[in-house]
Amino acid sequence: MDYINAFWVGGLICALAQILLDKTKLMPGRIMVILVCTGAVLSAFRVYDGFADFAGAGATVPLIGFGHLLYQGVRDAVDESGLLGLFMGGLTASATGISAALIFGYLASLIFRPKMKD
Amino acid sequence: MTDNGKNEQTAKKYEKYVKKVTPTHSLPLNMAKAFLVGGLICVLGQYILNTAETMGLGQEEAGSWCSLILIFLSVLLTGLNVYPKLAKFAGAGTLVPITGFANSVAAPAIEYQKEGQVFGIGCKIFTIAGPVILYGVLSSWILGVVYYVMQLWR
Repeated sequence: MDYINAFWVGGLICALAQILLDKTKLMPGRIMVILVCTGAVLSAFRVYDGFADFAGAGATVPLIGFGHLLYQGVRDAVDESGLLGLFMGGLTASATGISAALIFGYLASLIFRPKMKD
Repeated sequence: MTDNGKNEQTAKKYEKYVKKVTPTHSLPLNMAKAFLVGGLICVLGQYILNTAETMGLGQEEAGSWCSLILIFLSVLLTGLNVYPKLAKFAGAGTLVPITGFANSVAAPAIEYQKEGQVFGIGCKIFTIAGPVILYGVLSSWILGVVYYVMQLWR
């Protein structure tokens, strides 16, 4: 059952983003920014936890899950260390994803050569 | 008068021509493709989550492994020039998942390697990751400030 929920929820988010991509002049980069900020807002209004319990990876794999991770990190760090937590929690929680993308991305530039566009 | 009529005719002809030449983008079809591919990437993520949890990892660790593996696969497929082809088919289906973020990091790093370590790879690797990280951190900070103030109130 968790596979089915992950599939249709994750798929639905992508299909909705496709409307933005086709019907507006928003560039992919802008859509990614919008998704991450939306995730942070949803998380702040406490709608994300129930949503993530229901949809599993369907809620966490899309980039809105990245926003959720950032806000959740900030919130937990504020609970733990107060004002300082505001500046600590976000990047701590998202460290794996950001570091992995940067490190693998850099290594890829050493291994692979640019391809011709077709 | 006759001149005007002629202009109108050519305008109509041109309109017809433009319509014929412009590739037709069917929104429902594009949405279906995005739904299918995006959904499948999430299913793969769910499989990694489930596997990690049966290995005894906590929810948070399982989530980190899930991101890590998906990002690795995406970067690998970007390097092999498979991800761009998939993206051409799937549109937002490959853009929205975390794999799209990884692709947006790896693709410019590979593309601009000739421009040097610092101003090529170093700068261009953040072309899309930079804004995403900046506004993600900023928005969660602002919301965090609201949360902090609300906690003081209690």
